[in-house]
Amino acid sequence: MSEKIEYTPFHPRWYRPHIPVFWWLRRRSYLLFVLRELSSVFVAWFVVFLLLLVNAVAQGPDDYRRFLDWSAGPGVLSLNVIALCFIVLHAVTWLFMLAPHAMVVRLRGKRLPAAVVGAGNLVAWVLASALVASLILG
Amino acid sequence: MTDRITLRVTRYRPESETEPTAQEYEIPLRKEWAILDGLNHIKDHLDGTLSYRWSCRMGVCGSCGMTVNGEPKLTCATFLEDYAPGPIRVEPLSNFPVVRDLVVDIGDFMRKLPQIKPWLIRSEQEPPAENEYPQLPAEREEYERFSMCINCMLCYAACPVYGLDQEFLGPAAIALAQRYNLDSRDQGASERMDVLSAAEGIWACTFVGECSAVCPKDVDPAGAIQRYKFTAAMESLKTLLLPRGAR
Amino acid sequence: MEPFLWLLFSAGGVLSALLIPALLLLFGLAFPLGWVSPPDHAHLSAVLGQPVTRVVLLGLCVLALFHWAHRFRYTLYDGLQLKHLGRPINLFCYGAALAGSAVASYLLLAAW
Repeated sequence: MSEKIEYTPFHPRWYRPHIPVFWWLRRRSYLLFVLRELSSVFVAWFVVFLLLLVNAVAQGPDDYRRFLDWSAGPGVLSLNVIALCFIVLHAVTWLFMLAPHAMVVRLRGKRLPAAVVGAGNLVAWVLASALVASLILG
Repeated sequence: MTDRITLRVTRYRPESETEPTAQEYEIPLRKEWAILDGLNHIKDHLDGTLSYRWSCRMGVCGSCGMTVNGEPKLTCATFLEDYAPGPIRVEPLSNFPVVRDLVVDIGDFMRKLPQIKPWLIRSEQEPPAENEYPQLPAEREEYERFSMCINCMLCYAACPVYGLDQEFLGPAAIALAQRYNLDSRDQGASERMDVLSAAEGIWACTFVGECSAVCPKDVDPAGAIQRYKFTAAMESLKTLLLPRGAR
Repeated sequence: MEPFLWLLFSAGGVLSALLIPALLLLFGLAFPLGWVSPPDHAHLSAVLGQPVTRVVLLGLCVLALFHWAHRFRYTLYDGLQLKHLGRPINLFCYGAALAGSAVASYLLLAAW
């Protein structure tokens, strides 16, 4: 509201607070939300990392060896430690907090409770991880 | 054990102030008193100029929503004792323009609400039923949760997306649209679709989830919005992939 | 358009949540730190030689990139209050996702 308008009982002068740029620092749940959304940056970084790996394997044993050495360097390693934290945050929030709320899974016409959907996601996560590990480790 | 507690209440007197200020009141701390009882004590015994809204005192009317120590709460269902030894900050709901003291203007929601047509819509091709439209308990269960909404606006106060962009339709309005969409007696889902699946409708929501966390009636608007995103996405896919006749 | 972008975002969210933790734990931490000895080149080459593996990885890459594009766009909109710059933000996010998808297709399909 502009300051010029004069207050009368029939014309309220509202107070509208301004939202600060870093509004998400003021509440724990908002901070968690922004961190959750920022996990997507590390999802994108992982795609880059994965494509570099695929390319190195395609080029031959020497490039693959060089990729492994590069990924053990302090810079890449610490980036990947941070990335893993964010990826786990993404997986946990997505599979156990967001999806059980958003998904309607029915069994014999009855909607399953969110906890059951979450448990199903946990099973899927364990199976997918086991499959990935067994493929890579042979 | 002290038997008094301080309420730090936001005052805004538009006839004399441009910014809200905080005013402290010391009130008795009683086990059975909610924040609203404290405010009523102030109004009756300490300062009759304090303005706030309330009506039923039992969590049904949805008028007494305020921000208590930073959290949107129904003040009739939030007890002084849980905040002892205080002081307790009592502020107006966030994200709404403040009219005076603890009173906010919810006109924006009142203008949005009719847009989602919160009533049972029947197809005009069919003649109305001669008696009532029957419904099974299982069909009732589909929407019952969303019908508990008391329009208290706590979800709007908790929603950062609404705070940043008032064009956003908002949690309660979308949950109420789903309350009718999921009702087996309703045939109006397609009429609500345009408003709901607009950019300022469901797609503006980023699933912060705070609307569901603060809801005093356990309505779960966040869940309602995500469910509708899926419905709307499937409808769009159908429109894209299926020939006109098969939709 | 929004419903389709949201579907890509959601599919990417699911796939990323299921597959990336294990992959990143192995290649990002376990092998570099020597917790587990890395597979030799011949084995990885054989695994990647399977068309199924490469198609799944391509799906993961494309959907994960669109997942990023959607979330990052809204983070910029709301987190930094940049909604008025919607057009350049969209161009950047979805442009990057498309370019990344093209690179991924090249590396996983054409160049193999």
